[in-house]
This record gives sequence, C-alpha cells and structure tokens, in this order.
Amino acid sequence: MGGTVDPTVINLLVFVLAVFVGYHVIWNVTPALHTPLMSVTNAISSVIIVGAVLAAAPTETDFGTVLGVIAVALASVNVAGGFLVTQRMLEMFRKKEPKKAKSEAA
Amino acid sequence: MSANQLTLWYLVASVLFIFALKGLSSPVMARRGNLFGMTGMGIAVLVTLAVVARGNVAAILLAMLAGGSFGAFVARRVEMTQMPELVAAMHSLVGMAAVLIAIAAVNNPSAFGIVSNLRDPMPTGNKLELFIGTFVGAITFSGSVIAFGKLAGLGKRFRLFSSAPVVFPGQHWLNLAIGLVMIGFGVAFFLSPGEAWAPFILMTGLAFMLGFLIIIPIGGADMPVVISMLNSYSGWAAAGIGFSLNNAMLIIAGSLVGSSGAILSYIMCKAMNRSFISVILGGFGAAEGAAAAGTEQKTVKSGSAEDAGFMMQNAESVVIVPGYGLAVARAQHAVKEMAQLLADKGISVRFAIHPVAGRMPGHMNVLLAEAEVPYDQVFEMEDINGEMGTTDVVLVLGANDVVNPLAYEKGSPIYGMPIIDVHKARTVLVNKRSMAAGYAGLDNPLFYMDKTMMVFGDAKKVVDDIVKSLH
Repeated sequence: MGGTVDPTVINLLVFVLAVFVGYHVIWNVTPALHTPLMSVTNAISSVIIVGAVLAAAPTETDFGTVLGVIAVALASVNVAGGFLVTQRMLEMFRKKEPKKAKSEAA
Repeated sequence: MSANQLTLWYLVASVLFIFALKGLSSPVMARRGNLFGMTGMGIAVLVTLAVVARGNVAAILLAMLAGGSFGAFVARRVEMTQMPELVAAMHSLVGMAAVLIAIAAVNNPSAFGIVSNLRDPMPTGNKLELFIGTFVGAITFSGSVIAFGKLAGLGKRFRLFSSAPVVFPGQHWLNLAIGLVMIGFGVAFFLSPGEAWAPFILMTGLAFMLGFLIIIPIGGADMPVVISMLNSYSGWAAAGIGFSLNNAMLIIAGSLVGSSGAILSYIMCKAMNRSFISVILGGFGAAEGAAAAGTEQKTVKSGSAEDAGFMMQNAESVVIVPGYGLAVARAQHAVKEMAQLLADKGISVRFAIHPVAGRMPGHMNVLLAEAEVPYDQVFEMEDINGEMGTTDVVLVLGANDVVNPLAYEKGSPIYGMPIIDVHKARTVLVNKRSMAAGYAGLDNPLFYMDKTMMVFGDAKKVVDDIVKSLH
C-alpha cells in the first residue's frame, strides 16, 4: 500500500455513493409526480453542459471546439426546456384552496 | 478560480440537485425543489464559464442563448398530452451531447484537464470510461429518436417508427452480434496508444445502430418502460462522461438520473406484470385487438350516456378510472366538469389512477392536474382499492387491462398484474369505443358482469353527453 489514489477509484467511490443516494431519494418520490420527475431528471442530466463548455472553450478552433459548441446548444435546450416544463407542470399541482396534504403511496 | 474552489462549487450544485429530487416527494415541496435544481444548474454553468473565461466565451454564450430560448419556447408551448414525446426528444439531446463531448475529448484531452499538456494522449483509464459514456450516449440518442417517432405517431409515414413492433427473424442474434463487435472496437480503442480514431468511430457508429435496433421491436404499449429506460441511460451516459473528465458533479448528477430511470422502469414493469427482459426483447402487442371474445357468445348490457349520468347522479360515491383512451380523446377537461357537477350535488367523487395509465409514468396525474382536478381527489391504485367494495358507481374511461379481473385467476396471461378492483363496486360503467381487446389481447370478464353497463363511444363525446344530462 502506498502512493496516491487513482482518480478513477475516487470517481468510483463517488459513483457508488451517488447511486445509493439516488435510490433512496427516488423511492420517496410520490407516484403522482413521476412525469415531473422525468422532466427534471432530464434537465439535471444536461449538466453535461459543463463538459460541453470545456470542449468548446479552446481558442484554437478545430472540429472539437465546433462539436463542443453544438453540444452546448443541445444541452441548453434541455436545461431550459427541462426545468421550465417541470415548473409548468408543478404549477398545475398547486392547490386551489388549503386542504390537507395527500397521503403518499409507498 | 482554483481547481479546488471549482470542485467545491460543483459539490454545492450536486447537493442542490439532490434537493430538487427530494422536493418531488410531495406536490407542496416540489416547486421549491425545482428552484433548487435551477440554482444548482446556474452555479454549475457560471463557475465553469468563469474557468474558461479566456476561451471561446462568445460562441458558448451564443449557443446557450439559442438552445435555451428554443427549449424555453418548447416548454411553454408543449401540450401535456405530448409530454412523452418531449421527454423522449430531450433524452436524445442528452445522448447526442454526450457523444459530441466524447469526440471532443478524444480530439483534445487537454481542454478538459485530463492531461496537462496540449496534444498529450489520453490515459488508458479515462479511455475506458469515455468508451462507456460514448456508447451509452449513442444508444440513448438513436433509441430515443425511435421512441419519439413511435410516441409522436410517425409510424404512418415511416415504418421504422411504427408503434407496432418491427420484428424480423434473427433480430436478437443480430443485436447481440453488433453489441459484441461494438465492445470489441471499444477494447481496441482502449488498448491502442494515442488517439485511435478508427476503432472509436466504428464503435460509436455501431452504438447508434444498436440504439435503433433495440427500440424498434418494442410495441407502443411498452412505451412507459422504454421511456423510463432511456431516462436511465441518459443518466448513465452523463455519469460515464463525468468519469472520463474526472468530474464528480457529472458523476453524481448522472447517477441520480440513472437510478431514477431504473426505478421507474422497475415500477412500470411491475405495474404491467412484465419482466424487464421480456419488454426489452420486444414483440409484445403485435396481436393487438386480434383475440377478442372467446368461443361462447356472451352478452353485454349497454346503455346511453344519459343512463350513465342518471346512475351517477343517484349514487353517493363515484370513482372515476381514467385510462389511456381518455388521454387520446383529450377528454380530461370534460371529465373535470363532470366531476365538479357531481360534487356539487353532494356526491363523493374520486379518481383512481393505475401506475400505467397514460403513456409515461405519472402521465395521467399531470393530465388531471392540467384540467384542474384537485390532487387530493386523485388516488393511487393501492390507496383506493380497499374502498372499492363500498363504492356505488365506478366509471371506467378508456381503460381495459388495468381493470381486468382475470388478473386474479391463476393461469391467465395477466395473472398477478396489479389492477384497480372495480369489479368489487356495486355498479360499473365502462366507456369504450368498441368491444376490442386491450393491449394484452385478452377478453375482459368485467364487461359481462350483471352489474356492468357498457357505454360505447368516444370518451370525450360520452363525457360531454353525461355533462349535458347532469345539468
């Protein structure tokens, strides 16, 4: 044993823990909101826009930066579209008058 | 900004994403959760822009503006009945973006900080992850395009998009062969030194092809599973890219989405009483409507919309079971009006939702919410089944398999499928367009019960007529 930990191992650590968090958080989502869940997860997975920005950034333009710019545009559609359509759907679930909260299914 | 600061900001964004999903545990908290999600995304994008401040920022901002405004426009205009198509289209964009980023990473690893010097070759470990991110992204893209076509009903113009499964002999062997060859090229890419474009491009091309091929044999009825599965893939693609860029935020966000889609697929399979493998292998729903009534001639009682209105008016409790047929007929607003009229007469009106009602998970809940049905009148199957026995009238609108009591009979193809127990209610009203069987191609004994009255016709027309009779 010795030396530095390979970044891949740290990535794996993050990955496994994140899957656990995801598993527990998602099972708590009420079935009534499964459609907004799909649209918001769409928006969240579009955080790869961060990778697209890095790809597009180098000032020395080549086909890689062009693909990066295209990827930024594609991911932006999802970021804006995903969050806004989720917002729109959730507004529809807004209560008209105060009532007791709906019981959640397991 | 130092790499440490950047990573800490990414941690903040990741936590906000978790809060966004956590908010969805109740409709009350969900809107605030969505704001958390937007904030997280804003932070992620801003700090990344700050890092690349001396680069091509003008082009990046322009691309964001163009894509963002198009996304905002679509989000505002899309009909709630078209949500499955929208979600499929968005999955394909995530997949494509992942592939493009991967190509850019092979081209210039130094742009992502994977290697320190310009034109240094990518380390082998990162190549393995990049290969995984790329092929999952490519499969997500082409699979989602097919799913989009099937959902949008493009099958009439292009047979590839047919909602009936497209099957041919040897299909699964072909897919398996393509998959193995694809992995072979991936390993070649992984093992070869330097950029290794040829195996990378071949692998990506085969992955695109595989995406098309694995989705075409899956029938329209299984779309709720497919769309959840592609949701999951889009997350794993993002996580794969995160691995190859050593970016923990991408890994976290991708894993959250990946597990979300996987859980939704599981819930949908369970609600349809199908194994995930049989959905993926496809071919289901081919005999749609073929096997209707059995050998013996059974009689059904049928009545008019006015009769149905009269029966509901004289009930104390009414449960409405909406199915896909209601969404197709766009009858949700008329149903809301009917429910309101009944409630005004002092009748208890509730909605019972089967998990696979609609074309994607939770679709029916959104359609009813859009029609302004208060969500505390809307019940999930497990929550209302116990009260079916004391319900006076159940109105089934455009649903069939999900109320088929054969699910309780051993030996029936749908044995074990969870259903809404409408057959236990005192009176059952069933609206259908005809006596044709549902997706499972099964006859439904519910229709022949003494307490059942069929009301034939288009759901919207029938509900409108009921509304008229209630005035």
